[in-house]
Amino acid sequence: MSDSIAIELRDVVKRFGDVVAVDHVNLQIRDGEFFSLLGPSGCGKTSSLRMIAGFELPTSGSIIIHGREMGITPPHQRPVNTVFQSYALFPHMTVAQNVAFGLEMRKTPKNEIARRVQEALDLVRLSGLEERRPRQLSGGQQQRVALARALVNHPEVLLLDEPLGALDQKLRKEMQLELKSLQVRVGITFVFVTHDQEEALTMSDRIAVMNKGKILQVGTPTEIYERPNCRFVADFIGETNFIDGVVIGRDGNYTVLETPEGLRFRGLAARPLSDGTSVTYSIRPEKVRLLTPDGALPPDGLAGTVMSVNYIGSDTRITVRINDRRIIDVWEQNTRSTLDRNEYWQPGEAAVIVCPPDNALVLSE
Amino acid sequence: MATLQQQQQGRDRIRLALLLTPGLLWLVLFFALPLVIIFVYSFMTNDALGRVVYQPTLDNYITVFTQSLYINAYWRSIWTSVLTTVICLLIGYPLAVFIARSPQQWRMPLLMLILIPFWTNFLVRIYAWQIILANNGIINGFLELIGVGRLPLLNNEGATLIGLIYGELPFMVLPLYAAIDRFDFTLMEAAADLGANKIQAFLRIMLPMTMPGIVAGSVLVFIPTLGQFVVSELLGGAKVDYLGNLIQRLFLRANPINWPLGSAMAVLMMIVLLVLIMLYFRATTEEER
Ligand SMILES: Nc1ncnc2c1ncn2[C@@H]1O[C@H](COP(=O)(O)OP(=O)(O)OP(=O)(O)O)[C@@H](O)[C@H]1O
Ligand SMILES: [Mg+2]
Repeated sequence: MSDSIAIELRDVVKRFGDVVAVDHVNLQIRDGEFFSLLGPSGCGKTSSLRMIAGFELPTSGSIIIHGREMGITPPHQRPVNTVFQSYALFPHMTVAQNVAFGLEMRKTPKNEIARRVQEALDLVRLSGLEERRPRQLSGGQQQRVALARALVNHPEVLLLDEPLGALDQKLRKEMQLELKSLQVRVGITFVFVTHDQEEALTMSDRIAVMNKGKILQVGTPTEIYERPNCRFVADFIGETNFIDGVVIGRDGNYTVLETPEGLRFRGLAARPLSDGTSVTYSIRPEKVRLLTPDGALPPDGLAGTVMSVNYIGSDTRITVRINDRRIIDVWEQNTRSTLDRNEYWQPGEAAVIVCPPDNALVLSE
Repeated sequence: MATLQQQQQGRDRIRLALLLTPGLLWLVLFFALPLVIIFVYSFMTNDALGRVVYQPTLDNYITVFTQSLYINAYWRSIWTSVLTTVICLLIGYPLAVFIARSPQQWRMPLLMLILIPFWTNFLVRIYAWQIILANNGIINGFLELIGVGRLPLLNNEGATLIGLIYGELPFMVLPLYAAIDRFDFTLMEAAADLGANKIQAFLRIMLPMTMPGIVAGSVLVFIPTLGQFVVSELLGGAKVDYLGNLIQRLFLRANPINWPLGSAMAVLMMIVLLVLIMLYFRATTEEER
């Protein structure tokens, strides 16, 4: 993976009437990386992608692909190809004709077309289905045709708009892995749109989290999950416990906050915060430890009562009540195989939760 | 002993027969029988009083094929029908695209605008065109006003063509609209994405996919145009003979009337239609592949 920039969005704005679909977005996507645009419905992911492809023009700002300012370049002259959410396969053409379409438009010699179509179909493991029509294929197969049809052109960048959205859960998981390994093999930059955070975490080299037309954070999956830079990102990616409070000081590397009812928590803050700042403390359920009380509270420990226990196989998900207003979610991995009831937490049991400060974040808006 | 399934099938068959009988009777009485009569008449002869004489002959067909009056009428009608169909298609396709692409709440009103003329009798509408095109009509009045002077707009083949296009356009637009409305315009974006310019995308994707609408519209326009006689009489001034005018005259007004010759013309017209439509289907479905 080189460090040159495949796609750059400079201060891009897209308005539809009164709606600001994309709001001053700046973004650099590197050559050869698997880049995901992640965000809730309506946050402007599709609009961003369509502007890169050239189906929409930015209201203001510029889009640069491999150093070339795109301006009003029409879609058929941009060095990118798109895999549409609905696949948009040509129903009146066979699989082979669908895949050959882009090459025919670029006046590729006939024998080269045949060779490259075969190559592309091999790549997505569809050889043998050349003569089928799209409607004679399963959803997963159609998905592969759409991929082959785009990849056969050797685009510099492949744009994918929720390409797995229409597949069932199991097929979706399979295609995630396949798509990722395909991307590694062909080495083409993928810009992948999804609203599924797990999908984005699994597949991406880097992720941009969007909300309401703005990009909130860009980073690797680990950075996004472990060091979200704001409440929205922490909430949108995975599960977390939020506790509101104000900063009351620092303790070594940690920032200390206090809740209105006087509970104290320590966690990591991205930057120094002055006392009195309103903040949100965030700790993921799998990072909280749950202990049986034995006299004194350990550091960062709080006494509570187990309220509910949900056994889900790999994990047990426990809610612990700290006081009238606070409930903390704790996920414990079931590392031991046992049927012994006493090995599991019981509702009503007294417990101590420990929130290690290295595992907790102090977020300010 | 019949199984339950066989009994069920037997009962279904009786029910089906009962349901189909009225329709079949109708078709036989009012469609097949007249066709047979016309076909038989076309091989008969005529007496001085215009009565059909049952004396088999090929004379009627020979007359049609050898006398320029008749041959010209065929060519004129075929040519006019082709022209009408093509012009209706050229006007109708963009119109149908426009309607199909306009905001949802506008589509029905726009379609209604296309259909509203049907609420008035066709003859009345053609008379209205007389008023528009006449020497002292609306257009000429305007042309005079701006100093161009009056032009002979009525009673010629151009007026016939205008009337035909006007009358047939809705029959082109409606099937086209149905086809284009079903067309997924994302496919045009996909084509553009794969390097096709607008024209290539239209020719390779949209045209073949809306071909059923084009075929349906063309057939709906072509068939009635080939046999029409009202428009060429009222707007064309009956100056030249179209197929429909000749057949109508032979059946009703000639002296003596000549049903056998008229029948021969009608049979040939049907054959021409069948052949042309088959060729057309062949050509258009080949394109679709
Ligand atoms: N052609 C359009 N006309 C008007 N508004 C539009 C248009 N396209 C998008 N929008 C609006 O812009 C905003 C962003 O839309 P966009 O399709 O980019 O969202 P998205 O992130 O792709 O959402 P989803 O996950 O639901 O696909 C939405 O509020 C949407 O209603
Ligand atoms: Mg979208």
